[in-house]
Amino acid sequence: MNRHHVQRAGFILLGAISLIVVMPILLVVGSIVVRGIGAVNWEFLTAMPRDGMKAGGILPAIVGTLLLTLGTALVAIPIGVGGAIYLSEYARDTWLTRTIRLAVINLAGIPSVVYGLFGLGVFVLFLQFGTSILAGSLTLAVMTLPIIISTAEEALRAVPTEFRTVSASLGGTRWQGIRYIVLPQALPGIITGIILGLLRAAGETAPILFTAAAFFLPRLPHSIFDPVMALPYHLYVISTQVPGMPLRVQYGTALVLLTLVLSLNVLAAAIRSRFRRRRQW
Amino acid sequence: MEDRAVKIRIEEVSYFYGSHPALQEVTLDVPARAITVFFGPAGSGKTTLLRLINRLNDLVEGTRMKGRILIDGQDIYAPGTDLSALRRRVGMVFALPLPLPGTVRSNVEYGPRLAGVHERARLDEIVEHSLTQAALWDEVKDRLDEPALALSGGQQQRLCIARSLALEPEVLLLDEPTSGLDPISTGKVEESLSRLKEQYTIVIVPHSIQQAARVADYAAFFLAGRLIEYQPGKDIFTTPRHKETEDYITGRFG
Repeated sequence: MNRHHVQRAGFILLGAISLIVVMPILLVVGSIVVRGIGAVNWEFLTAMPRDGMKAGGILPAIVGTLLLTLGTALVAIPIGVGGAIYLSEYARDTWLTRTIRLAVINLAGIPSVVYGLFGLGVFVLFLQFGTSILAGSLTLAVMTLPIIISTAEEALRAVPTEFRTVSASLGGTRWQGIRYIVLPQALPGIITGIILGLLRAAGETAPILFTAAAFFLPRLPHSIFDPVMALPYHLYVISTQVPGMPLRVQYGTALVLLTLVLSLNVLAAAIRSRFRRRRQW
Repeated sequence: MEDRAVKIRIEEVSYFYGSHPALQEVTLDVPARAITVFFGPAGSGKTTLLRLINRLNDLVEGTRMKGRILIDGQDIYAPGTDLSALRRRVGMVFALPLPLPGTVRSNVEYGPRLAGVHERARLDEIVEHSLTQAALWDEVKDRLDEPALALSGGQQQRLCIARSLALEPEVLLLDEPTSGLDPISTGKVEESLSRLKEQYTIVIVPHSIQQAARVADYAAFFLAGRLIEYQPGKDIFTTPRHKETEDYITGRFG
């Protein structure tokens, strides 16, 4: 076998491996679309559930997930990006900042059900927010923070130091350099981190299980102290807790959740490529 | 030097990176409206001294300085010194052209905007004037809204000079500003410097002895953190007083 053949064999092997990697994703998405598409119609998206959730729509779960994700974003984005700016731009390298960084990395690896218990203890019981959008959003935000902080910090550090020096040499304060030069350059990476974090928050069940989710609540919430239905928890409920649930309702719900999450993903990719074209170094 | 006003007075300055001394007891006066050259082999402390004059080395952690640096008689290391104001008075051009992300125009406007100039007409005036001073206006006047990185290396470096000039500084520091440039671009930069010195106090770390000899009104030779010799340029390159200077200039080491 000459070098040319070896190369060809290598390409075929790598191609096969890529296919194996992509296969499960295609199968999962494909089977959900095929089995769920029949359930999804205007009523399914805009009506309250009826007949013990076996008929009607899933509007409260959609709204609940959107509200929880929005609440998570409102809390996690400012704190996460602020923390990343502090760690990357201001903090000196001391044992304290090294500890913070280590904690952030480790927090990202904690199982989500532990965040759920934490949220139950702190937000639901101790702070007496009850099972509510507020408690759920805060719990999801705590879970999302490490993802946002570590990706945002990495994006900030990737901006060459020289830009900061140049900005300082032109009379800029440290903050002005960050505000006008560093942040705009790091933005695509930061936004990617934010969306990845929010994706995870939108799809998680365990953290909202004890803090926000309602089993069955056929009305829209009136305040942030109301519990809500949420898509992932609703999916869990109708798949395991309700006997005789039509399969297409389950798949329809899964399809809606998947579409929500994938569209966030596509949005992240679009933002990244848009900024990458504008980036000049 | 006797016939010229002193712009920058460096008094017994020592500087340490950790415990490593980069400068030892350096004292010298930089005259106003002339080109003063700091030259010497790598690691002689010339760039460090340059960066001390607008306190850019404040950004480096783990360093220590002794001595004083006075500009117009004012100690720039005195507590309470406004760093932004200092750096607007003392501009800096770096070894590599480092345009900020953005257009030619936004690069020149960056400093003035931070200093609070927002009026369009005034900014346009500053852009044209600074680019003209840096001998770049004719080449870029139709490309002001193109990305700065679309310019050639030589143009980028003159843009960086224009960007510093936009703040109307009193002093311009240049750290090997032509090290990445071809001879023609180098010629253009040197040409604009020789015009600028009528108005500005210029301190430059040249990228070669030839360049030092070409541009220097005054020249200071550094070796291992010490100032060895400081003389008018026409003297130091023809009749150096110290053996180390002579050895370096004639290429026996360095």
